[in-house]
Amino acid sequence: MITFMNNSDSEDEPCNERTSLMSAESPPVPSYQDGLQASEAGEAQTHRKRQTGSSRSPNNVADGDVSDLGVRVRESALENEEEELTLKYGAKHVIMLFVPVTLCMIVVVATIKSVRFYTEKNGQLIYTPFSEDTPSVGQRLLNSVLNTIIMISVIVVMTVFLVVLYKYRCYKFIHGWLILSSLMLLFLFTYIYLGEVLKTYNVAMDYPTVILVIWNFGAVGMICIHWKGPLQLQQAYLIMISALMALVFIKYLPEWSAWVILGAISIYDLMAVLCPKGPLRMLVETAQERNEPIFPALIYSSAMIWTVGMAKQDTAARGPSQQTWDADARENHSSPSHSDSQISETRSPVPSHPITSLEELEEEERGVKLGLGDFIFYSVLVGKAAATPSGDWNTTLACFVAILIGLCLTLLLLAVFKKALPALPISITFGLIFYFSTDNLVRPFMDTLASHQLYI
Amino acid sequence: AFFWLVSLLLSSLIWFIAVKASNPHDEQLQKGLLIFGVMFSVLLQEAFRFLYYKLLRKAIEGLVALSEDGCSPISIQQMAYVAGVGFGLMSGAFSMINLLADALGPGTVGIHGDSQLYFLTSAFMTMVLIFLHTFWGILFFHGCESRRWWEIAAVVVMHLAVSGSTFCNPLYVGSLVPSYLLMAAAAAWAYLLSGGSAQNLRRFLLCK
Repeated sequence: MITFMNNSDSEDEPCNERTSLMSAESPPVPSYQDGLQASEAGEAQTHRKRQTGSSRSPNNVADGDVSDLGVRVRESALENEEEELTLKYGAKHVIMLFVPVTLCMIVVVATIKSVRFYTEKNGQLIYTPFSEDTPSVGQRLLNSVLNTIIMISVIVVMTVFLVVLYKYRCYKFIHGWLILSSLMLLFLFTYIYLGEVLKTYNVAMDYPTVILVIWNFGAVGMICIHWKGPLQLQQAYLIMISALMALVFIKYLPEWSAWVILGAISIYDLMAVLCPKGPLRMLVETAQERNEPIFPALIYSSAMIWTVGMAKQDTAARGPSQQTWDADARENHSSPSHSDSQISETRSPVPSHPITSLEELEEEERGVKLGLGDFIFYSVLVGKAAATPSGDWNTTLACFVAILIGLCLTLLLLAVFKKALPALPISITFGLIFYFSTDNLVRPFMDTLASHQLYI
Repeated sequence: AFFWLVSLLLSSLIWFIAVKASNPHDEQLQKGLLIFGVMFSVLLQEAFRFLYYKLLRKAIEGLVALSEDGCSPISIQQMAYVAGVGFGLMSGAFSMINLLADALGPGTVGIHGDSQLYFLTSAFMTMVLIFLHTFWGILFFHGCESRRWWEIAAVVVMHLAVSGSTFCNPLYVGSLVPSYLLMAAAAAWAYLLSGGSAQNLRRFLLCK
């Protein structure tokens, strides 16, 4: 909130976004699970880390991609069974991810189409200093490329910074950073959003009510995300903050820069997750070595419930840090280490645990995790498509379908490769292709057809 | 849905190129190009339906190979239905959604001399097309499965006929009536192919 480029919306979110799809399998735990845990092989997790940063400068957005390579095949003898179960549950995972991604996109598109604030040009972030109001096309292109370079380098720097912090065990710092940025998101941006929505619908609301609503919303959100809370509420909050973040991006990124940034970030994602020296990969490997969960708060998890549900029995076994990690950070986090530590902790003190709850445990463990940065960039793409001046819904719909198909394909690849994969490249590529082609090719065709009322 | 979208993309690409390459002031030529575009699009859609069938076939083989008891959890008929619904929904959404968005605007339908029933007929036409796509999906896949090429040809011809009938618009009786009749025929055919019969229907209706 210090230096604003102009209007109030300065985003104080250094977001280390990491996208990766991880397929993790818990390593064999010596106590009894051989049969039970054989089926845990195909856990797919997608992580995207988004780190929220301190209030130094507007929009500290850093995207880092953490690729999680935690795949340890448990028992080779049961590999086939695992594969089959992977594929069977693969479909369930896909649906489990479709719903939140769709919800986030719906919120963003609905807001863009109705609240005019988010499509007005009110200045730019300091991360994109070059203006696009230039007379010539070449100049505009150059400016957008320069903007992209600046943005991506900020993201890379933030990611590397995070990895360094993690390597040197500065957990408190990271923790504080994340808390501060989610604080800002939950309070400031929600306040602005509420204000704009009320303005659009011309509804009056007095300040005491606003304070009450925002305070409750923010406080519950902080607790849910960083500590404990019902799974669905946590998921809902994560979706909401992703949508808010995406809206800020849509508002403050100029047209061409936004598209170039989307393209560049998916390339960066690809590299950071798959290259051996990529920051995200290093982060995940470090976390695995230390057998710790990487900050789970920056990840949308569809099945974290077991950590909360089992708490009653195993609170003694689990350290308080586990709880905070679970709810807290948005970092890509290797599922194997997570599930490792969880499983070893939960299983050893309770050897007489009834089989059913263990199965239940495993069922829920087999959730899918997708990083929040993925949500954000998907929503940015669809939102930008919805915000085009031509107001065409076909483009939005086409981008939506393209992104979902990309997500499907990525999950399929995940089931095949059983490695951490970046979730951005395929979806964003499809989305970009479909956006540009639908906007320029399909739109005139459909408009002409509609004007003659012809049907194909 | 994705496959339908891709087919739409390719067909509009062709049309766009054709339009750009031609004289924009020649009305007849433009109309002719439009008709050509529509027909080409229909053919492309059916081609993509075929490609989708091939893809699903491979997927089923994979699932069968992986499953324990040798049969896949989802049958080809279910896939045919889903494919048809996907195509239909996408086509319907693309046809209607801009209309619906405009319907929220000022009530100026038909102000320039167009038909006042524009929204209504568009809605009905879209509905019939969605249903037809669903039935065509079932028929098409069945034809591919049992290698009866005449079924596939019938689907293509029906699609061309329905699209062609829309050229009669705004003479709505020329487009809506044949389309609904074709839909009834396709519905009955698909129902029989899926294993239904008059007895089943009677039992269902009488809740036995």
